[in-house]
Amino acid sequence: MTARFKQKAVVLSIVLLALLLPFIIQNDYFFHIMTLSFIWMIGVYGLNLIAGYTGYLSLAHAGFFAIGAYSLGILTVKFEIHYWLAFFLACAITCIIGLVIGLVALQTKEHFFAIYTLCVGYIIYLVIDKWESLTGGVRGLIGIPVPPDLGPISFRSPVSQYYFNLFFLLAAIFMMYRIVHSLTGRTLIAIRNSEELAQTIGISTMKNKLVSFVLSTFFAALSGILYASFIRFIGPDISYITMTFDFLIFLLVGGIGTLSGPIVGTLLIVWISQQLQFLQDYRMLIFGPLLTLLIIFYPKGIVGGIFSWKMKMQEKKKRLSMSAKSATQRAEEG
Amino acid sequence: MFLETRQLTKQFGGLVAVDHVNFSVEKGKINAIIGPNGAGKSTFFNLISGFYPPSSGQVMFKGQDITRLPPNKIAKLGIARTFQTTHLFEQANVLDNVLIGFRLRTKSNLIDALFLTKRLKREEEQSKEKAFEVLKFVGLTNMENKIVANISQEEKKRVAIALALATEPEIIFLDEPAAGINPEETEGLANLIEKIVQHNITVCLIEHKMKMVMNLAHKIMVLNHGKKIAEGTPEEIQNNETVIKAYLGGSAIA
Repeated sequence: MTARFKQKAVVLSIVLLALLLPFIIQNDYFFHIMTLSFIWMIGVYGLNLIAGYTGYLSLAHAGFFAIGAYSLGILTVKFEIHYWLAFFLACAITCIIGLVIGLVALQTKEHFFAIYTLCVGYIIYLVIDKWESLTGGVRGLIGIPVPPDLGPISFRSPVSQYYFNLFFLLAAIFMMYRIVHSLTGRTLIAIRNSEELAQTIGISTMKNKLVSFVLSTFFAALSGILYASFIRFIGPDISYITMTFDFLIFLLVGGIGTLSGPIVGTLLIVWISQQLQFLQDYRMLIFGPLLTLLIIFYPKGIVGGIFSWKMKMQEKKKRLSMSAKSATQRAEEG
Repeated sequence: MFLETRQLTKQFGGLVAVDHVNFSVEKGKINAIIGPNGAGKSTFFNLISGFYPPSSGQVMFKGQDITRLPPNKIAKLGIARTFQTTHLFEQANVLDNVLIGFRLRTKSNLIDALFLTKRLKREEEQSKEKAFEVLKFVGLTNMENKIVANISQEEKKRVAIALALATEPEIIFLDEPAAGINPEETEGLANLIEKIVQHNITVCLIEHKMKMVMNLAHKIMVLNHGKKIAEGTPEEIQNNETVIKAYLGGSAIA
C-alpha cells in the first residue's frame, strides 16, 4: 500500500513539475526542445506497445509517423480541411493503413517480422519521396497550420505549444497505463512471453496482436500529426529508417517494456545530443559505444536496470531480516 | 464418446509421426500414453490441441468435430494442456502467470481497458479469485508473489498445471508432468493428478516414468513409430508381448 502511495506521489510531482516548468524557466529554445521531446515520446510509446509489450519489433514505425504527419499536412494545406477534422482523419487513415499492413505483417514472427516491417517502412519512404504531385516530393510540405485558437487560447507561442503537446503526452501515457494494467495488457504480455502458451490458454493471438499493432500506429500517427503542426514543415526524411532507429534508441535506452522508459530514454538522448551538438557527427562516436554497453549490461534499459537493482535490494533486505530473526530466535532458545 | 481420435494421421514429409491412431479417452479417468522416444506422443497431443493440422483423420470432442479448430478455440471448449518445458514468464510472479489463465472466460476488451469499466473490474476480480483458487488446489498457497525464475522445477510444473486449470477445462493433457524432478516430488505430483481427476477433470498424460504411470493410470495406450501397438489397463500392458518386445524390455517396470 505504501509503495503504491509513494509511486503515486512521484508521478504526481513529475506531472506538477512539467506543468510548472514554464514558470521556472523562460527560454524559448528550452521549450522547443522539450515540446519536441514530448512529441517523440508519444511515438515511442506506440513502439513500446508493439515491441515492448507484445514482443513484435516493428521497424515501420517512422513510416506510420510520416503517414500521420503527411495526412494532416496534405489535408490542411492542399485540401484546406478544418484542422481538427484533418487531425481526426489523419489518425483514421493511419490506423486503416496500419490494419491492412498488420494483417499481412503479423503472419510473420520474430526477425522475419522485423525485416518485413523494415521493408514496409522503406516502401512508405519511397512513396512519400517519389509521389511528388501529392506529397511535394523532396521539397516537402510547407505551411502546415498550428491548431486553431480554442476560445482565448492561441497555440502560437512556444509556451502554449508546450502545454498543448504535454496534454497529448499525458493522455497517451494515461492510455498506456490503463492498457498495460488491464486484462488486455496482460494478454499482450502473455503473447510476448510465449505465443504457444497463450494459444493453449485460449487467447486469440492474431486478434490481440492486430489490436496492439493498430494501436501502435495510432500513437505513431498522433506523434506525426503533432510534429507536423509544431514544426510546420515536413519532408520525406521523417519517414526514413533513421527515424525508426531514433524511436528505437529512445525506447531501448529508457527501457523497453516499461511504462516510464520512453520518457527517460527520450529526455536523456535528446538532451545529451543537444549538449554534444558542437561535436557534430562525431557525436555518434560517443553514442555508439555507450549504447552498445547499455544493451549488453542493461538489456531492459535504464528503467529496467533500476527495477532489477531495487528487486535485488529487497531480496537482500528480506534475507538480512530473516537471518536476524533466526539469530534472535536462537539467542532466545539458548 | 467423450474425446476420441479416428484414424488420426500426421505426416511430416516422408515420416509418418502419427499413423492412423484410434483412441478414446475415458471420461473421469487417468489416461496415459507411453512409448519410446520419437514414438509420436507429443505430436499426438499437438494434433488434439490444434497446433498441427492432421494429414487425415478426425478428433471428436463430445460429439463435435474439432479437427480443424485453432488452439484457442479448442481451449475454450474445455481442453487444456501443459508443455514438456513449462513456457512460463520467468520474470513475473506466480500470480501474474496464473491470472491470465481465466482470460478466455472473460470478455473485457480495449475499450473496457481505456475506460476502466465495471465489467473489467469485475472480470479482473474473477481472474484473481480463480488464480488463488487453482494455486491453492495445486498446493502453492502463499507463493503468489514469488518470481517464477526463483522457484523450483517442481513448483514451476505445478504453476503450469495451475495455469491450465484456470481455463476451467473438462480435460487436461499433461506432457511429461514429472520430467526433470526427483522421485519424492514425482509422488507429490502423482497425488496432484489424482486430485484433479477426483474433481471431475479428465486427465490424459504422456510420461516416461513407468512406475508412476503404472500406479496412476486407469488406461494406457502404447505408441511405437506412430502406430498404436496396445491399449488397456496397466496389467494388460505389462503382460502384453508386443509392448515388452517393442519397448519395456521386461525389467523396466520393476
